[in-house]
Amino acid sequence: MARAKKSAAKDTELVDGEQLTREEALDRRAKRRAEAAQNPPTVVVENLHVHYKVYGAGATKGAATGALNRMIHRRKNNALRDVHAIRGISFVARKGESIGLIGSNGSGKSTLLRAIAGLLPAEKVGGVYTDGQPSLLGVNAALMNDLTGERNVVLGCLAMGLHPDEIREKYQSIIEFSGIDENGARASMRPMKTYSAGQAARLRFSIAATKLHDVLLIDEALATGDAGFQKRSEDRIRELRRNAGTVFVVSHSISSVRDICDRAIWLEGGLIRRDGDVDEVTAEYEEWSRR
Amino acid sequence: MRAKRVTVSGTQTVAADPARGTAQQADPSEDGSLAPADPEFAELGGSGMAAKYGLAVAGKRPNPIAYARRLWAARHFIVTWATARNQALYSGSRLGQLWQVLTPILNVAVYYLIFGILLGTRDGIPDFIVYLVAGVFIFNFMQTAMLYGSRAISDNLNLIRALYFPRASLPIAITIIQLQQLLIAMVILVTVALAQGEPVTWHWLLIVPALCLQFVFNTGLALLVARFGAILTDTSQLLPFILRTWLYASGVFYSIKSMIGKHRIPGAVTWVLDHNPPLLFIQVIRSQLITVPATNDPKIALGYRNAMFLPPHAWLWLVIWAAVVGIGGYLYFWQGEETYGRG
Repeated sequence: MARAKKSAAKDTELVDGEQLTREEALDRRAKRRAEAAQNPPTVVVENLHVHYKVYGAGATKGAATGALNRMIHRRKNNALRDVHAIRGISFVARKGESIGLIGSNGSGKSTLLRAIAGLLPAEKVGGVYTDGQPSLLGVNAALMNDLTGERNVVLGCLAMGLHPDEIREKYQSIIEFSGIDENGARASMRPMKTYSAGQAARLRFSIAATKLHDVLLIDEALATGDAGFQKRSEDRIRELRRNAGTVFVVSHSISSVRDICDRAIWLEGGLIRRDGDVDEVTAEYEEWSRR
Repeated sequence: MRAKRVTVSGTQTVAADPARGTAQQADPSEDGSLAPADPEFAELGGSGMAAKYGLAVAGKRPNPIAYARRLWAARHFIVTWATARNQALYSGSRLGQLWQVLTPILNVAVYYLIFGILLGTRDGIPDFIVYLVAGVFIFNFMQTAMLYGSRAISDNLNLIRALYFPRASLPIAITIIQLQQLLIAMVILVTVALAQGEPVTWHWLLIVPALCLQFVFNTGLALLVARFGAILTDTSQLLPFILRTWLYASGVFYSIKSMIGKHRIPGAVTWVLDHNPPLLFIQVIRSQLITVPATNDPKIALGYRNAMFLPPHAWLWLVIWAAVVGIGGYLYFWQGEETYGRG
């Protein structure tokens, strides 16, 4: 709410590279949302439940006799936990929508994205239906730390389904975008385990942002690297949003969700708390988290 | 409802009026799920909408043939991943890639010392060194493909949860890594055979199709244990024991036929031991490389015959094993395709 007053007091604000008054910006968003409501759906989520397993300490290492014992006595492995991360979610996303997912840590935001991307299976009761193969753009996409940045670029692109010729074409722009080779530091030739956290995250983002998809899922990719890189990556996401059909953004930065999204879904404890206009939902979320 | 919300957010008062914002949305019901504010969803339901607009279930596995086509499309990824992993394997050690050669040689040296010399299993075997080297390398190919295959999913969960690619890429890539290491081992085997004075014949070329069949067989096994390992993480702890038993039953460093001959063993067990796939692969490759020296002593001649024993239709059996295990492992792994992200 504080922000709404502040921006109302300011005459104009920067939206998608244009100076607009607050009313103009809201009008534009209202028009976009009204148009999107008539568009065909790209993601339909119906009563979605997601479980996954977590291995605690001592679960992966253990004597075979212990394993045999567990199997014979049908005893559960103590270190193995089942997480019921999503507990029945339904919503519809249509072409042209950009949806921010907000909520506290562990509320199921990233799990929801993975379920939409088809990386985590939905339980039998409900389902996720998508138009084509959505692509998940996350900075957590694990690459191979023993290999050089150069090899990681090639591998990451191949895993996303790019052809080797395309990769050769795009390789230079990926390295340039990541900025890891700036100031003569030939970091792309070093193994990724020698990278700083910021460098690694920047390279991962650059790789992930190479390919365009109809449904784009962005996981915490906005808070990556230094200020210069953040600006570049936000620009890249806007560009991707204009080209993609539907964009989902997971972020803890409420201001970047407001900048990028028209609609917001607030998750808490694996359930939808609120689903609606981005300003309304984020305002309510901020009020709730201050309590 | 959507249209209504759009008109209100057009006016400026909304952000300052939380009460109106909440009033638009139904409160979370008892089970916590919130009905989406989409009239079409209310009317058709999720599956109805999916059918109307041609949406597919997220992450749904395609049929086995389409899945094979996806794997073929991922071939560049599979080979690059395998090669990179293979090179990264020894990157932390000082001798580096030299270990690719040293590991199999040291393996053979240990078996030669313990079994060949101390336990005397080399007696009655023609050219024991070539016999042993072929046995160790061929069995090792299967053993490592299964060991690493059983951890293919759990070791790469981050990758699986981050990117979509056909999951069978991982066990297949792991078998390719083992094949790359086997090729180095094969160079050693041929070098040893030449050093031992084995005559070079056209038979040596038959090693290539035999290894191709074994690659298919091992890929099937790797796919099989990969899904086992994904369901039950204890698989990778139990597997070494199963594999060690299999090692002893496969006559890697002794002539199993000569051992059996000393005991009364039912015919069915003998048949199973004779058609044990790793032993068949090993024996077929041994018989291409080793020439049996002529002898007048009937006891030694019998020992040689036992050591080089091949059941009838050995090549046919190799094809059968490769086809059954290869296709069976593929289908079994494919059935679990959607579940591997769960961990």
